[in-house]
Amino acid sequence: MVNTIKEIETKFHDKVEVDLSKAWHFPKGLPGFEDEEEFVILPIGDGSEFQILQSTKQAGIAFVVANPYKLVEDYDFTIDEPTIDLLEIEKPEDLMVLGIVCIKEPLTDSTINLQAPLLFHIENRKAKQMILNDNRYAIKHPIGGKES
Amino acid sequence: MLVLSRKAGETIKIADNIEVKILEVKGDTIRIGIEAPKSVDIVRGELVQSITESNAESLTLDVNWLSTLKGKE
Repeated sequence: MVNTIKEIETKFHDKVEVDLSKAWHFPKGLPGFEDEEEFVILPIGDGSEFQILQSTKQAGIAFVVANPYKLVEDYDFTIDEPTIDLLEIEKPEDLMVLGIVCIKEPLTDSTINLQAPLLFHIENRKAKQMILNDNRYAIKHPIGGKES
Repeated sequence: MLVLSRKAGETIKIADNIEVKILEVKGDTIRIGIEAPKSVDIVRGELVQSITESNAESLTLDVNWLSTLKGKE
């Protein structure tokens, strides 16, 4: 058995033990971060709608992410062929979808990127930030409209 | 950078499996058709740039943000 538990430096949680066999692999990185191929998702506490997508290699690379469907009920897009190919998607149930959040002060001014959702294949752990080619969704969709 | 002049209806072949075709030239807009293998990502350049900038902006969040957030709860 290979020990896949490793302690990593993180941006928001100091040092954290993670199971690298549960890490997510971005074969092409993310736009602007093409060399960052391995991430883990860290919770930020009970009941928060946010999670952290943390690079396992660089502590400073940590994105706040959220479930876009909780913010936009009718969010819906087509997965393009290169993405189906890269992630080896066979059915929609293979996928988890998250959006990268830009946190602002006050929190209700924060935005979520609906134009480039993060797709995660929950079985093979491959992931990609897929850019939608249409203009139906914004890169900075306000999250604040929803009362919470 | 390789620079080629093309007219409407003409094409450019890239490697043996990508073809770019100039469909129409109208004023300052050129319509282009691209045929490529399904594994090739094709996205508008400015859009990739905007996503890159938005990703970078998301990273500028202060390291103490989490404790600030928890302090408010």
